Amino acid sequence: MPRNVKTTVGLPGGPTRELTVTVHELDAPRWDAAARLRVVGTDVPRVDGPAKAAGAARYTYDVARPRLAYCRLVRCFRAHAVVREVETAAASKLRGVLGVRTLVGPGGRVTFSGKGVVAVCAESEEALDDAVHAVRVTYDVRPGPATTDDARDDAAARVDPRRGNAVPDARGPERRGDPDAALARSHAQIALTFRTQVQTHSALETHGCIVEPGADDTYTVWASTQGTGAFQASMAQALGVPVESVRVITEHMGGGFGAKLGGIDEWDREAALFARELGRPVKAMLDRREEHLVAGCRPDSVQALTLGADADGSLTALVARTLGTAGNGANGADAANTRVYAVPNLLREQTNVATFTGRARAFRAPGHPQGMFALEGAMDALAEALRIDPLALRLRNDPHPLRQVQWRLGAERIGWERLRSAGPGTGSVRRGVGCAAAIWYQKGGGNWVVRVDVRRDGSVTAASAVQDIGTGTRTVLAVLVAEELGIAPARVTVRCGDTRDPAGPPSGGSQTAPSIGPPAREAAVRAREGLAEVLAREWGVEASDVAFEGGAFTAGARTATFDEACALLGPEGLSVSGTRRANYDGFHGETAGCQFAEVEVDTETGVVRVVRVVAVHDAGRIVDTLTARSQVVGGVIQGISYALHEERQLDRNLGDMVNPTLDTYRILGIADCPEIDCVLTSLDSGFNNAGMMGLGEPVTVPTAGAVANAVSHALGVRITELPITPARVLAALRRPR
Amino acid sequence: MSGRERGERRGVTRRGLLKGAGAAAAAGVIARPAAALAQHADDGVEIAGPGPVHLVLRVNGAAREVEVEPRRTLLDALRGDLDLTGAKRVCDRGTCGACTIWLDGAPAYACSVLAIEAVGSEITTIEGLGTPAAPHPMQAAFARRDALQCGFCTPGFVMACAWAAETHGAALDDATLRRSVCGNLCRCGTYPHVVQAALEGAREMTAARDSGAGDGAKGGR
Repeated sequence: MPRNVKTTVGLPGGPTRELTVTVHELDAPRWDAAARLRVVGTDVPRVDGPAKAAGAARYTYDVARPRLAYCRLVRCFRAHAVVREVETAAASKLRGVLGVRTLVGPGGRVTFSGKGVVAVCAESEEALDDAVHAVRVTYDVRPGPATTDDARDDAAARVDPRRGNAVPDARGPERRGDPDAALARSHAQIALTFRTQVQTHSALETHGCIVEPGADDTYTVWASTQGTGAFQASMAQALGVPVESVRVITEHMGGGFGAKLGGIDEWDREAALFARELGRPVKAMLDRREEHLVAGCRPDSVQALTLGADADGSLTALVARTLGTAGNGANGADAANTRVYAVPNLLREQTNVATFTGRARAFRAPGHPQGMFALEGAMDALAEALRIDPLALRLRNDPHPLRQVQWRLGAERIGWERLRSAGPGTGSVRRGVGCAAAIWYQKGGGNWVVRVDVRRDGSVTAASAVQDIGTGTRTVLAVLVAEELGIAPARVTVRCGDTRDPAGPPSGGSQTAPSIGPPAREAAVRAREGLAEVLAREWGVEASDVAFEGGAFTAGARTATFDEACALLGPEGLSVSGTRRANYDGFHGETAGCQFAEVEVDTETGVVRVVRVVAVHDAGRIVDTLTARSQVVGGVIQGISYALHEERQLDRNLGDMVNPTLDTYRILGIADCPEIDCVLTSLDSGFNNAGMMGLGEPVTVPTAGAVANAVSHALGVRITELPITPARVLAALRRPR
Repeated sequence: MSGRERGERRGVTRRGLLKGAGAAAAAGVIARPAAALAQHADDGVEIAGPGPVHLVLRVNGAAREVEVEPRRTLLDALRGDLDLTGAKRVCDRGTCGACTIWLDGAPAYACSVLAIEAVGSEITTIEGLGTPAAPHPMQAAFARRDALQCGFCTPGFVMACAWAAETHGAALDDATLRRSVCGNLCRCGTYPHVVQAALEGAREMTAARDSGAGDGAKGGR
């Protein structure tokens, strides 16, 4: 029977909310704020840490198969071209070459640098190299504007010949109230245009897979993917076989950050077709240049913001007009530059600009780091115009009850008042402090299932097709199951990333943990109940009389440890499942967070050094505080890297990327990594039996904004463009005030 | 230690090897180029390749035989021929450190060394340092401190940190460590935990060496 439960959700000692929720009859009992937990909420080392540290963890890239063949695409490195001629005969005749297939024939059009034109398969990597170099393709190169500015020109070549490159977003403008009238009445207003760059995901393991044909038209596929389910379905379609005939395995995954969502890619398909044709396993994985060019990126942006406020700092109106490119597709302008603060009058307009470049893909908090950089820059500029403290302006306009707590917490940790009142100093190295908000929306969902098997010898396995992409999903499942069974997390074997096990969520949108954690808990509770029933039979009591406390089952004077209970199981053990139930009502639909950055800027060289970051974040209940801190720290580091270093640079005439390597496309290194102080405001979100929410994305949302505001504070000049390179710092200093 | 010093010490230079098996024979290491593909230049110098050649590599204390083309990198030979897949190919140009191994006790990027160049050297890979069940103190510290997320850069970082710890011993501090391993890149953002783990692992290695209990002094300079 569904039952109603009265509960208090939120932060103990902070903002809370009283609720009555109707709990699903089969769901695990909800953990509320008062729940006393043994391992949940503590530092638990990652369960696959020892294997990873020993180099024993096998990634898709590491899988060795007998008779493995290799596949790669010959690519066109021009932004816009028409294929004139394709010569593959010489390549086909080379020793070790197993197959050559033309993907774009004469007359075919290429609209981004990196497009695959010919697919090649060979029995060794060396033979593949030779074959790729032996393929001759000639092109008629056409003008192909690759930058957002060039592509907007009316005379520019069109990506889609039927329409201009700049197209208003199909969803239309977002409008609230009367922003023009409100701005006219405002006590103060500022207007600024912010620009951000294209960032590539640069996961260390590149995209790709191995496809191995088996008996009866079945296939085993090892894939570096963020969604085993989507990969399985799209691979089955490409091979023309039922979904059940394809097994996808992603045991360990070397980073994705959004670029490995959404099923197979061109190269995966070609590998699969060669595998089917040759009857042997075929591996296709991108090299670093390909990864930069064809496997996704974060769109750039030009964001014109006008923001107005009353004399007391209350926001009155926000107008945000954004341009952006997602490459030769149709999106790109979706910068989240109007969320977070309460504004009664709003206009948000977006124009997507098609360019002759590889397509953008979801990238850790799509639209948010760029949007928050602009919004928070505008907030600081407005505070300056109003002559009030930037933090006070935020506190006045931030409607999220938890972020109100977090702003104060973070300000105290960074020493906001001290740093603001000390000012940037007068030497050649100036000091600044800035802040920005995080926001995210993920409560998890779906109807995913986790299976838990308990054996006579006390071994416990939790299984789901969900992949652990480095976020610690495997460990979260181990902790939740261990909590319910009264054992150590290390005793739980978690089998992840195999589509033979119950389907799990894709790892995108920070949905993984809150989607798959609750059913793991439910399954573990089922397993505990199953053991109690076995004990009840053994002891001749009712199952309901068997209690479980402190890691032991008891009924009257009788007691049994977990292992003793397991020993009573039959040879088949106990196999139970838990299902993700629909979300309940909860504390707040948005996760909250904020970050503060302290920087030093050398005004002679223009070099920015981030000294310290304080990151305060919420993700509902934190299951493992150690791996959660890793997530936060990682988000901050990616954010600093985006703020200061990363930029896809294109040859303006040819449209090819001129920095497609890891030495020329710079990411933040260990020597430049600041001290990062991570504060987790763990609370009961109420939305599911464990109170969990998502963490991966919000933690990288505010960083660039906070760093840029700190640099602006240090310089006394507003930074409006990323990345904040030394050249831009020096240029900003030369701008007339 | 520079690659040049290493090359001189084992009496094999890259140029000598590319030129022919003469230098290699002098080092007494290369066995026999696969006969069918061995070529002889006019000057009588025996040239290895372009077909596969037979090499004996000393990996993690054992002699391992491979049959590889001279152009094959040590990284590809370790991974593809010897199934030692801990070292990763990420940047493929000596920028990221994910393929860090030790050649004669000093870190090297296996992506930038030919397999044939490594003949005669002691090669240590992450697998030679320890195992999940019996980890090296640095590996244990990485796992304990969560100095990894996706883990793809981790073997390279462990090799670089363990070398820094052996080299600097008790003198290893935050700044020295960061400088020692700044040739390694991580995309998940594990650096602060890497620093914590490396300093902790280094202390344990020093303690083990001082008590004479461990093999942490291996190759110590």
